[in-house]
Amino acid sequence: MGAVADVTDATFDEVVLKSDKPVMVDFWADWCGPCKQVSPIIEELAKAHGDKVRFVKMDTNTNPVTPANNYVLGLPTIQVYVRGELVKAFKGAKSKSVLLGAIEEYL
Amino acid sequence: MSNESVRDVIIVGSGPAGYTAAIYAARADLKPLVFEGEIDSGGALMTTTDVENFPGFPDGIMGPDLMEKMRAQAERFGAELITDDVVELNLSGDIKTVKDGYGNTFAARTVILAMGSGYRKLGLEGEDRLSGHGVSWCATCDGFFFRDKDIAVIGGGDSAVEEAIFLTRFAKSVTIVHRRDELRASKIMAARALKNPKISFAWNSVVTEIHGDKTVTSITLKDTITGEERGLPISGLFIAIGHDPRSGLVKGQLHLDPDGYVITDGSSTKTNLPGVFASGDLVDHTYRQAVTAAGTGCAAALDAERYLTALHHGEHSTAAADEALLTGAAS
Repeated sequence: MGAVADVTDATFDEVVLKSDKPVMVDFWADWCGPCKQVSPIIEELAKAHGDKVRFVKMDTNTNPVTPANNYVLGLPTIQVYVRGELVKAFKGAKSKSVLLGAIEEYL
Repeated sequence: MSNESVRDVIIVGSGPAGYTAAIYAARADLKPLVFEGEIDSGGALMTTTDVENFPGFPDGIMGPDLMEKMRAQAERFGAELITDDVVELNLSGDIKTVKDGYGNTFAARTVILAMGSGYRKLGLEGEDRLSGHGVSWCATCDGFFFRDKDIAVIGGGDSAVEEAIFLTRFAKSVTIVHRRDELRASKIMAARALKNPKISFAWNSVVTEIHGDKTVTSITLKDTITGEERGLPISGLFIAIGHDPRSGLVKGQLHLDPDGYVITDGSSTKTNLPGVFASGDLVDHTYRQAVTAAGTGCAAALDAERYLTALHHGEHSTAAADEALLTGAAS
């Protein structure tokens, strides 16, 4: 459902690192309360700006490799990748205005 | 969204206080607008595990589930919820204004404050840098990353002990670091921790340094009696040393006590400004329970309703003045 596709350890390289568009990645898990506040915001951003920025989410429960490789030890973590490079990272549930601000330069 | 009409009630903050105020205000047909706020919207309960002491839930309920229920209840009666930050509050005058994270301004005759409290930090170098990389304030969110790892929990109150017990599900060992020689936690929680084989204690100890480049690798502890320092190799550091009221936005407008809590008038929720009411952990440094926060949230809505009734009955002439004020305030 929704405009935010799942990304996995297997597809992270292809979908995120090799993307021609900037990518916002939402690292989440179902036991994480604050994650439930962030996910709908990412959905809204994806609906509004999905043409310019790719929005994906990773379930850290079933995908341990990518979080470990990126030193993600806290949820929710929101990362922005541009041409394979990690350019911004947010720890904790941020508001829509803050997350929008993070991608504003690409819109 | 900007420059809309003047509302009866704006509620700032969620959590048990904000949502309960929203339920009561919505049922009183005051059509409250609720700013749910930023980080851990839903308040302190969003990061807790089992809430075993909220009346009506004999089997306990998860903090986030309890918040979802309260939120749904507020929405059912017509509360309008906005998942965003308030960045500015102007509380003086008959019409109060609230600015959100996009710069939109909203106006209301009454404001109920329920911003709650935020995690207290240790104030050490590396704490922010390693947040999300081993430093955590949310055991339920992040515990999973520390499977078979050694971790430390800082603090000796109920939340520290609860987190430590929860974290034993994942961790190889949990060291509770506490600056005193006995726990401040309730007896039932303390007893559970003391008999848990995975939990050990560093009494009379404080953290003086957090080490790690990409992620946390160890901390330095200092004995508060002997002054001796020692290293403790850990991968995760969970900080649970208490909370500070989130009163930054109202500083200089409302009377605060020396610790930053909003001072209210006697047993009411009235602040020093007419039409501004405060509730929950923003006010309460004594009880700080979900049920007491809900209680004062309810009181704030009733206080606001009474204030509005008096306003409508006594001061019809203010309506025009309101509009003039709003035009000025929202420009």
